[in-house]
Amino acid sequence: MNNILVIAPILLQLFAGTILLFFWTKTQIQKVLSILFSFLSLGLGIWLFLLTWKDGIQFTHAGNWAAPFGISFVADLLSATLVLIASISGLAVSIFSVGTMREERLKFGFFPIMHFLLMGLSGAFLAGDMFNLYVWFEVVIISSFVLLTLGSTKSQLEGAIKYVSLNLLASSLFLIGIGFVYGLTGSLNFADVAVKLSAISNRGIINVTAGIFLVSFGIKSAIFPMYFWLPASYHTPPPAVSAIFGGLLTKLGVYALVRTFTLMFGGDEFLGIMLSIIAALTILSGGLGALLQKNLSKAFGYLIICHIGFMVAGLGMFTEVAILGTVFYLFHDIIVKTNLFMVAGLVLKINGTQDISKLGGMYKSYPLISILLSIPLFSLVGIPPLSGFWPKIFLIQGGLASEDYFLIAFIVLGSFLTLWVVAKIWAEVFWKNAENLPVKASGLYFNQMSKANQSMVIIPIIFLSIVSLYIGFAAENIYVLSEKIAADLMNPQNYIETILGIKTILP
Amino acid sequence: MKSLLFKTASDYLLPLLLLFSVFMLLRGHYEPGGGFVGGLMAAIAFLIHSFAHGLKETRNIIRINPGMLMPIGLLLTLLAGIAPWLIGQPFLTGLWFEEPFRFVGVVGTALLFDIGVYLVVIGATLTIMFSITETV
Repeated sequence: MNNILVIAPILLQLFAGTILLFFWTKTQIQKVLSILFSFLSLGLGIWLFLLTWKDGIQFTHAGNWAAPFGISFVADLLSATLVLIASISGLAVSIFSVGTMREERLKFGFFPIMHFLLMGLSGAFLAGDMFNLYVWFEVVIISSFVLLTLGSTKSQLEGAIKYVSLNLLASSLFLIGIGFVYGLTGSLNFADVAVKLSAISNRGIINVTAGIFLVSFGIKSAIFPMYFWLPASYHTPPPAVSAIFGGLLTKLGVYALVRTFTLMFGGDEFLGIMLSIIAALTILSGGLGALLQKNLSKAFGYLIICHIGFMVAGLGMFTEVAILGTVFYLFHDIIVKTNLFMVAGLVLKINGTQDISKLGGMYKSYPLISILLSIPLFSLVGIPPLSGFWPKIFLIQGGLASEDYFLIAFIVLGSFLTLWVVAKIWAEVFWKNAENLPVKASGLYFNQMSKANQSMVIIPIIFLSIVSLYIGFAAENIYVLSEKIAADLMNPQNYIETILGIKTILP
Repeated sequence: MKSLLFKTASDYLLPLLLLFSVFMLLRGHYEPGGGFVGGLMAAIAFLIHSFAHGLKETRNIIRINPGMLMPIGLLLTLLAGIAPWLIGQPFLTGLWFEEPFRFVGVVGTALLFDIGVYLVVIGATLTIMFSITETV
């Protein structure tokens, strides 16, 4: 349905960032405004989601030029849900950064850039055309460069160099891929490209194009063997920044993979095998990497990689149940990973270090907080009925249906490795007897912070934990939603017809 | 810089270049030019002035902090984008006045967008160049 307000979530973030620019040095006003705008964007997210749920695909063509010539913004159920979830974690991170970010970093424009990053994310989720997807990717990575280097400590700059160089490589590959697609079809609109690609008989060249996209999105979503930048950079910035990176940035790559590999390159046997092998190795390398890490944030960084593998596995199996699992996992993962990095930030605030071997005794000194922190940690493992449990069931079901026993083995192994890592973290950080940690000179400890700031740290963790619990305990609702999305993704007919406004017949 | 020639020339160049930048901005819709080029040109005008007379003098001329031009420009572009919403058209649809204005030509939301770009470019360029000049 044509709806000119589809891009409102993007424009609200642009407006938020712009207004915040006016208050460059007045950080107190920025804090209030940022939380306010995040609430507004959550409201818009809910509105768009409900509208899409009730009335089906919403779209608008910018500049009033009809597709495939104009730039389409499309909110199908997947996009709308992701916009909603991004605004949920955006709100959490906004509150969390009010509590934890140092004043001098806020003075260099943390909040405006964060809102520009969120603008890029909602833009990428709503883009209905490849080149626009690329532009939104650029908006996201340029904002993330700034956030990553804000404060410019030595370790941050070192991490940023790896992050920037690999992401620029990914962007140029993406652009080359777009060139291929344009050369093949003369169009960039997802729906139009999907129709025209299916009419091309030379499957080889389409697979090459798909391979380029796979590498490009693969670097961005940190799949094997292109994940090295992630553990090298994600633990360096302040926890609030890590939270938004860990929760949303790699998932953007996964979203792009899901979108292109269902709509345009779906169902190819060769690509399926490639994705399956990559998924298996991603799970293995992420899980083993996490086991070895002594730093809490680094371990969580490797866990991101491990769980990206789950989602790619679902894409590799390419059955409706498996895609359902992928989509479900994507929703659960964004919330849980954002929360995990905030947890790591809280542990850092309380103890002044993230070294697992030195930490200890959290359960004794902060029993209530420890119980709260157990929710995201055990949701991550997927102890039933917490949220990580359900999508894995569907992934395994999908594997059984398509007889991918090899992938099932790796998914089980990945779950086991995650359990091992989380159990180790729980035992070391929460149960082990505490050592006397050296006192840090700079920065405020949790018990030195004002009550208001303390609650600003705790509230977003509670908020996201509640969302996680909802995904776990009301899995039925998320299941119905994911099932509908998976059905739409596997049969893009409706999507294509709605955007192009014509009846088309896919072979 | 202490060259008398440069100082005198820069006094004349500032208004000339600014005028030219506005000319570039206005002709931009159908011919080469536009907000980006115009903005760069205006920024260069102020830069030459700051080289000749010093940064403080130039800041006095501009009066507001050039960094503030960025959000103002962004707001204008946003406004140009959402103006069509008022009459139920999609984002960024071009709306035009029926009659062309004297000297300016046909005016529409595209011009508003270009003015926004113009301000953002001036703001960004001057902020970068001024902070480099201050630290050197």
